[in-house]
Amino acid sequence: MKYIDEYRREADAQKFIAAIQRVVTRPWAIMEICGGQTHTLIKFGIDRLLPQQVTLVHGPGCPVCVTPLELIDRAIAIARRPEVIFTSFGDMLRVPGSRDDLLSVKARGGDVRMVYSPLDAVKLAQKNPERQVVFFAVGFETTAPGNAMAVWQAKQLGLQNFSILTSHVLVPPAMEAILGSPSNRVQGFLAAGHVCTVMGYWEYEPIATKYRVPIVVTGFEPLDLLQGIYMMLQQLEAGRAQVENQYTRAVKRAGNVPAQKLIAQVFEVTDRKWRGIGEIPRSGYRLREEFAAFDAEKRFDVGSLTAQESPLCIAGQILQGLKKPRDCSAFGTKCTPEHPLGAPMVSSEGACAAYFSYGRA
Amino acid sequence: MCVGVPGKVIEIQPNAAGVTMGKVDFAGIVKEICLAYVPEVKVGEYVIAHAGFAINTLDETEAMEVFETLKQIDDLSELEIPQP
Repeated sequence: MKYIDEYRREADAQKFIAAIQRVVTRPWAIMEICGGQTHTLIKFGIDRLLPQQVTLVHGPGCPVCVTPLELIDRAIAIARRPEVIFTSFGDMLRVPGSRDDLLSVKARGGDVRMVYSPLDAVKLAQKNPERQVVFFAVGFETTAPGNAMAVWQAKQLGLQNFSILTSHVLVPPAMEAILGSPSNRVQGFLAAGHVCTVMGYWEYEPIATKYRVPIVVTGFEPLDLLQGIYMMLQQLEAGRAQVENQYTRAVKRAGNVPAQKLIAQVFEVTDRKWRGIGEIPRSGYRLREEFAAFDAEKRFDVGSLTAQESPLCIAGQILQGLKKPRDCSAFGTKCTPEHPLGAPMVSSEGACAAYFSYGRA
Repeated sequence: MCVGVPGKVIEIQPNAAGVTMGKVDFAGIVKEICLAYVPEVKVGEYVIAHAGFAINTLDETEAMEVFETLKQIDDLSELEIPQP
C-alpha cells in the first residue's frame, strides 16, 4: 500500500537509529502525545532500539481513556432507554463505567450499535424516524470535523431524532497541564500528526516559547516516528525549543481551514474534565447554543450519577506519563483486554493495551 | 481513534444533503468517505481518512522528504572517520 510500506523499511529504520545514536550525549525524556503513536512504537519495538538515554513517555492522546467515567455512566443510562438507538465508535463500547459497559447494555437487549462514521448515525436517524438516535461524540481535534458535520447535516435535514453526547478534548491545553505540573519530566513533545492535520501547528508555537520545550509534529509510521525522534533529539542536544514539522505530507502550519470553520460554527471551547487527570480549563468543546437541540445531555434527563473508579487502576498516572503500564499491580492479571479495569486497557490507543498486545508484561 | 488511513479517491459525488462524498480505496477495501473538507481533491489522488472523513490530501512531493533526510544521513556517515 502506497504511503505505508515505504515508511516501514527496516534498513531505513536502522539508518535513523544509527543517526540517533550519534546525536545523543545525555538522558532525555520525550512524550509522544497520541496513543496511535504509542502503538506503533511498541508494536515495532522502536522504544527498545533507541539508546538507553532516551525515554519515551506515553501521553494522554487516547480519547477513550480520558472520557470521564460519569459520562460513560450517562451514556449507559441513555442507551438503556427503549426509544434510543445508541451509536458509537467500537472501542467506546467496552470501556468500563462504574458498574457496566455499553456492550453489556446491548447484551441485555439495549439497541447499541457500532458505527464507522458519525454520518452513519445521521443515516440511522433518517431511516428510523420513530426512534431517538444518539451518537457518542468522543475524541480529540481529529474527530471534531466529522462530529461537527454530523450535527450540521442533521440540522440541515431538520432531524428531530438525532443528538450527540459530547466529550471532546483538545491537545494544547493538556500539554500545558503536563508542563505546568510540578512532577513533570517531559522535555520534548512529539505532537499528534492527525490532530495537526486538522488544526495546524501554529497553536503550539507559544507553548514551545513559553515552556522552552521543543515540539515536533510527527506521523504514525515507524520511519515517521524515528525521524520525529531524531529531529527532537537534534533540538534538545542543541538547546533549541522550536516547533518543527516531520509529517509534511499531511500537515500544513494552518491546518485544514474548511474543517476548522465548521468546527467553530458548531462547537465552542469549554472547560472539560479528563478521566484520570481532572478538570483542565478551556480543554474541550461543547455544542453552541444554536445547536443545543442536538445535545443528548439536554434531551435525556438521566438524573445525577455518582461515578466509582476501580481502586486498583492507575490510569491517571499512566495518562500523565508518571508511570508505565507494568508499574501497575493489576496489569495482565486482574486487568486484561478481555476484563479491563480501566480504559487504557480497552482502547486500541491505550498504553496498557499496547503493552499487553505486544507482550510487554 | 486518531489513526488515519491513506487511501486513493476513486469516485466523487454529492449526497442528498449536498455534501461531497466519494469512494476511497484502502488497499482493496472501498469505503464511502466524506470529502467535504478536501474540496480540491481529484479522482486518483490520495487522502488521509479518519472515521469516515478525509481530513487532508497527501502531498506527493512532501512524502519524499523523509527519504531526502535519509540520504543526508548516508552522506554524513560516509564523511565520518571511523573511530579506532
